[in-house]
Amino acid sequence: MRRAYFKNNWVAALMVAPQLILVFTFFYFPTSEALYWAFTLEQPWGGGNTWVGFDNFAAILGDPYYWDSIWASIVYAVGSTALAVGIALMLAIFADRQLAGYKLYRVGMIWPYAIAAPAVGLAFRFIFTPGAGIMMYVNFLFPHLWNPVDNGTQAMAMVIVAGAWKQVAYNFIFFLAGLQSIPRSLIEAGAMDGARVLRRVRDIQLPLLAPTFFFVLVINITDSFTDSFGIVDTMTAGGPSRATNLMVYKIFNDGFQGLDYSGAAAQSIILMLLVIALTFVQFRYIERKVHYT
Amino acid sequence: MIERTPILNIVTHAILVFGLLLLLLPMYLVIVAASHSLQDVVAVPPNLLPGDQLWINLQAAWAKGHLGERFVTTFIVSMGVMTGKIVLSCITAFGIVFFDHRLKMPIFWLIFITLMLPLEVRIVPTYAVAANAFLPFQTLLDLSGITWLVNAVSGVEIKLEWNLLNSYAGLIMPLIATATGTFLYRQFFLTIPEELVEAAKMDGAGPMRFLWDVLIPLSRTNIAALATIMFVYAWNQYLWPLLVVTDQSYAMIAVELSRLVPKFTATGGEVPKWHIAMAGTLIVMLPPIVVVVAMQRWFVRGLINTDK
Repeated sequence: MRRAYFKNNWVAALMVAPQLILVFTFFYFPTSEALYWAFTLEQPWGGGNTWVGFDNFAAILGDPYYWDSIWASIVYAVGSTALAVGIALMLAIFADRQLAGYKLYRVGMIWPYAIAAPAVGLAFRFIFTPGAGIMMYVNFLFPHLWNPVDNGTQAMAMVIVAGAWKQVAYNFIFFLAGLQSIPRSLIEAGAMDGARVLRRVRDIQLPLLAPTFFFVLVINITDSFTDSFGIVDTMTAGGPSRATNLMVYKIFNDGFQGLDYSGAAAQSIILMLLVIALTFVQFRYIERKVHYT
Repeated sequence: MIERTPILNIVTHAILVFGLLLLLLPMYLVIVAASHSLQDVVAVPPNLLPGDQLWINLQAAWAKGHLGERFVTTFIVSMGVMTGKIVLSCITAFGIVFFDHRLKMPIFWLIFITLMLPLEVRIVPTYAVAANAFLPFQTLLDLSGITWLVNAVSGVEIKLEWNLLNSYAGLIMPLIATATGTFLYRQFFLTIPEELVEAAKMDGAGPMRFLWDVLIPLSRTNIAALATIMFVYAWNQYLWPLLVVTDQSYAMIAVELSRLVPKFTATGGEVPKWHIAMAGTLIVMLPPIVVVVAMQRWFVRGLINTDK
C-alpha cells in the first residue's frame, strides 16, 4: 500500500468535489427519481404523486406489448451478439498471425467503430430498403420477397445486421489485444512440440482467450440493451407493428411520446436491474481478464 | 511463425479480405448512392459503380441539413466533453490516489458505480434534471426542511432553477458525469512509484505543483487515449441531444442526419431522397473516422483500458 501521501485533505476535497457534484446531479438523483416515479403515479392536472406500490410494475408486466418488447430485445441481443462476436473472433484470430498486410487489415477492421449509430442505421436502411438499390432489384426478380416495412421478421433481421456490423470493430479490437497479451513463449513451446497453426489456435490461444471472450460477450449483450436506440430509431422507429420495439426504445416512446413517466420509470428500473445483473457477471470475468500474464 | 504454411496463408488472406469486404461493402454502397441522382438510385437493375454526382449531392446535403452550423455545434460539444472529461477525471483520480483520507474508497466506489447504468437506461429522469439542474439540490433542501426553515425565519422561499435545455451545458454535463476516464487515470496513477511522490515532497512541491509538473506531463499518453475516445463518443451522440435540444441552433449532427429522410413508419409521401441522405451520411461519419484512423494507437489503448 502506498505511504507517500499528501497531507492536505482540503485539496483532496476540492479535487473530487466537481465530479461528485456532477455524479450526484446527473446520476444518483435521476436514478432515485426513477425509483420514486416507478412506485408512484402522477395525478392529472398537477395533483402531485400518489404512492401506488407495485401497481406500475403490475401494469407493465401485465401488458403483452411489454413482453413483446422484451422478446424483441432478447432476439436482437442474441442475434447481433452472436454475429458480431463470431465474425470478430474469426477475423482477430487470423489477423493475429500477422502476415503481410497486417496493419492494413487492422485499420480496415477498426474504422467502423467510429461511425455514429444513426449513420449506420441510415446506411443500412438504405441498403435494405425495398424502394431503391439492390433490394429493389431483388424484389424485381422475385416479387414480394423482401419487404421489411410489412414484415416484422425481416425488419428485425436488418436491425440485427446493422447492429452487428457496428459492433464487429469493437470486438475485434478486444480479441486482438487479448490474443496479443498471450505470452509468445507459450505459442513457441507449442510449435516446438509440433503443434501446427490451427492446433495452436485450438489448444492454446482459444482457451487462454476465454476471459476476454466472456468479457466481450457480456459487454455486447449489455450494449445491445442500452446502445441500440440510435439504430432502431433511424432504421425502423420500432416498427412495423412494434416488431423492433426494443426495451430502450419503448421507454423512450412511453416516456416522451406517451408522457407516461411512471410506466417509463418502472420499465427503466427493470432494464436497470437487468443491466446491473449483467455487469455483476462481467466483474467476475474482469478480475480474471489478465490472469495469464 | 517458424513453419511454412503456404495453403493456410492463402486461406488466412482470403478470410481477412472477405472480412474487410464485409465491413467495406455497406460504405461502398453508400458512396455509390451518394454519387448518383435519385433517378439512378432507384433504377432497376441497380447501379453498382459510382456516378458523377457526388460533389453536387454533398453540396445539397450540406445545404439541406445546415451541416455547416451543425458541425460547429457538434465540434463545440465534442471539445467540451473531451476537455471536461480529461480535466475532471484527472483531478478526481488525483484526489483519490494521492491523499490519505477515510473517504477514499467510498468516493471511488460512488463514482465507479456510475459505469453500470449508461445514460440511455435512466434517460427519463435525467431529462427532468436537465430541465432544472438545481432540482436535486432543491429536493435535498425540501426534504431536509431547510426550505421550510428559511421560509419561516426570513420569509424567503428558496426556489433554485437552472434550465439546461437548449444549452451547451445541458448537452455536455450529463455526458461527462460517468466514471470512464476516472478509472483510467486511477489505474495509471497507481503505477506511479512512491519515490516520485517522496522526491517531490522533499523538493518542497505541494500537491498542486506535483500534479501540474509531474503527473500531467507523465500522463500524456492517457490524455491522448481519452481524448480520442471522448471525441468519437461525443460526436456520435444521438439520444441525449435529440431530447435536450429543441432550438435548432444547438442541434447536433447525428440528430440532423436522421431528419434527412422521413421515418420508417411514416406512410405515404414521396420517395426518400436517398442520394442526399447518403451524401449526408458520408459527411457526418468522416470526422470521427479520420480521428480514429489517425490516432489508432491511442484510440485502441484508451478503448481497452477504459473498458468502455
